Amino acid sequence: MDPAVLAFAQTDPDALAVILSGDWRRANSPPEAGAVEERLANSPQVRRIVLSTENLTGWDSMLLTFLIGVRSLASRNNVTVHEMNLPEGVKRLLALASATRERTLVKPTAPRVPIVERVGESALAFWRSLLETTDFLGHILVALVRLVRGTAAFRRSDLLLVVQQCGAQALPIVSLISVLIGLILAFIAAIQLKLFGAEIYVAGIVGIGMVRALAPIMTAIILAGRTGASFAAQLGTMQVNEEIDALRTLGISPMEFLVLPRMLALFLMMPLLCLYADLMGVLGGLAIGASMLDLTVMQYCTQTRESVQLNDVWVGLVSAAVFGVLVAVSGCMRGMQCGRSAAAVGDATTSAVVTSIVSIVVAMAVITAVCHVLTV
Amino acid sequence: MNPGEPHVTVQDLTVAYGDTVILRDLTFTINRGDIFIIMGASGGGKSTLLRSMVGLLPPAAGQVLYDGLSLWSMDPEEQSRVLRRFGILYQSGALWSSLTLAENIALPLEQYTTLIPRQIKDLVCLKLSLVGLSGFEDYFPSEISGGMRKRAALARAMALDPDVLFFDEPSAGLDPISAHLLDELILELRDSLRATVVVVTHELASIFAIGNNSVFIDADTRTITAAGDPRTLLTDSRDPKVISFLTRGAGIVDKAQKRTSLDRGARP
Repeated sequence: MDPAVLAFAQTDPDALAVILSGDWRRANSPPEAGAVEERLANSPQVRRIVLSTENLTGWDSMLLTFLIGVRSLASRNNVTVHEMNLPEGVKRLLALASATRERTLVKPTAPRVPIVERVGESALAFWRSLLETTDFLGHILVALVRLVRGTAAFRRSDLLLVVQQCGAQALPIVSLISVLIGLILAFIAAIQLKLFGAEIYVAGIVGIGMVRALAPIMTAIILAGRTGASFAAQLGTMQVNEEIDALRTLGISPMEFLVLPRMLALFLMMPLLCLYADLMGVLGGLAIGASMLDLTVMQYCTQTRESVQLNDVWVGLVSAAVFGVLVAVSGCMRGMQCGRSAAAVGDATTSAVVTSIVSIVVAMAVITAVCHVLTV
Repeated sequence: MNPGEPHVTVQDLTVAYGDTVILRDLTFTINRGDIFIIMGASGGGKSTLLRSMVGLLPPAAGQVLYDGLSLWSMDPEEQSRVLRRFGILYQSGALWSSLTLAENIALPLEQYTTLIPRQIKDLVCLKLSLVGLSGFEDYFPSEISGGMRKRAALARAMALDPDVLFFDEPSAGLDPISAHLLDELILELRDSLRATVVVVTHELASIFAIGNNSVFIDADTRTITAAGDPRTLLTDSRDPKVISFLTRGAGIVDKAQKRTSLDRGARP
């Protein structure tokens, strides 16, 4: 390829000849319009630029940007441009580029907002999100009433599918996490209790800890990441594809058709998963008890049964059911509120997991306080 | 690099998903500077053929040759170099929704050229103004209309000054006027950029307006049953399926209709 060459010649005192030759393509790094401007600054008497391109052997968009650049610097400096023998394609493309079909509207840049205004804006946004949440909960309530009356429109097969996805298919990860939590809890307790020779109480600590608090909260957090996120992503994508609009226009409430089965499924499956996590956690504790503390399996089990009351189990199961509803509601709500782009689906998923986890922890605190007052 | 010489050659191409054969034994040649139409009924495998030609779907058998080099048997580095010479306009635009229009067009330039940011900005402005969208640099794809998105996607497809432009259903979802303007733009760009254009479509108006060569893919036999200039096909083809397709199911080419199709196809 011939190199792209830019040459100047002063034909008249007021005319500057600009001669382009060679292969004017990107791979050749052709000169830029800035070179012409420099030359123009050196000869202020120039009133005309004569561009000649007969010796060009090749060109691409780089030539076009060069020519557009020359035109704009010429109009800035009150210089006229005479373009001689431009290639036919270049002429047509330049004509196309200068014919703006769309009304030109440059997006206004965001003005700097004072901090007070920004604080106010976020307070208002927070208030609006509270209203939206309340609205969503209200719709769920209406859907629930219709469910109780037996007029809710959803398919049983959907419910069973979600039950399978968030129940049975979550067992492996729930097993792994709760066995490990049981192990860790037992290990830490064992080190401390050994000092008092009270190793046997490891069973009670692991049992009560798992059953009352850790099993429901760990299961809920696993499901928030696993199932809540998938609800948000799925409903968000349905929103992007206008599938939710299609349901609405058919007169099918998306609340009943999409949200109810997911909420019911998690409400039913969470306590079962939690019960399973209880057992797995105790198993983890037992492994430490039997291997590190010279306790027999029998001793460990008897001690666990004596220390864990039925009330503890109920508290755990009720919290699990509450968490299940919270995870489902957060996931579905963020999915339904999703915008209409790929980035919005990502935001909805993130927001679903964050909302679930925050609401789980807050609910746990409330449940603990209520249990304390009721002395359960 | 002269117009008229073979640019893309497809040889005995068979495409299959698993055991399901989508297309079998396709052979055709696209010349430099052609506007080549791949037409056929919906579900006939037109888009699948396009995916095989642009390096997205490996064929089960056969070859796709660009300037005599086989796309599917070259090493990955060379393949990526060939792919960079393509500009592809996807059916729904496929603009990256988290980037502004300017960033969408700048991305290939940033990745594959050594240009400095100011030069990239100039090129982005140029490409957007070529498709009539100057001033929309800072808009996100979700903030503009469907027709504008399509044109912005065309600007992105042209970012690297491609040799071959592929269009997948360019006029799908556009009103007749926008579709017509897009056709005009395709013709204009072909003439001025000297690129080869491959269009997958079943819009009769576009087929007659812009195509100068074509293949017809039959959905039942899964192969090419007719090839040539679409206007010639309309008058000369003996295949009832091709005639039925080109006459919107009427089956008969009466003289008046033939004339209007030809008039519509003729460029001023």
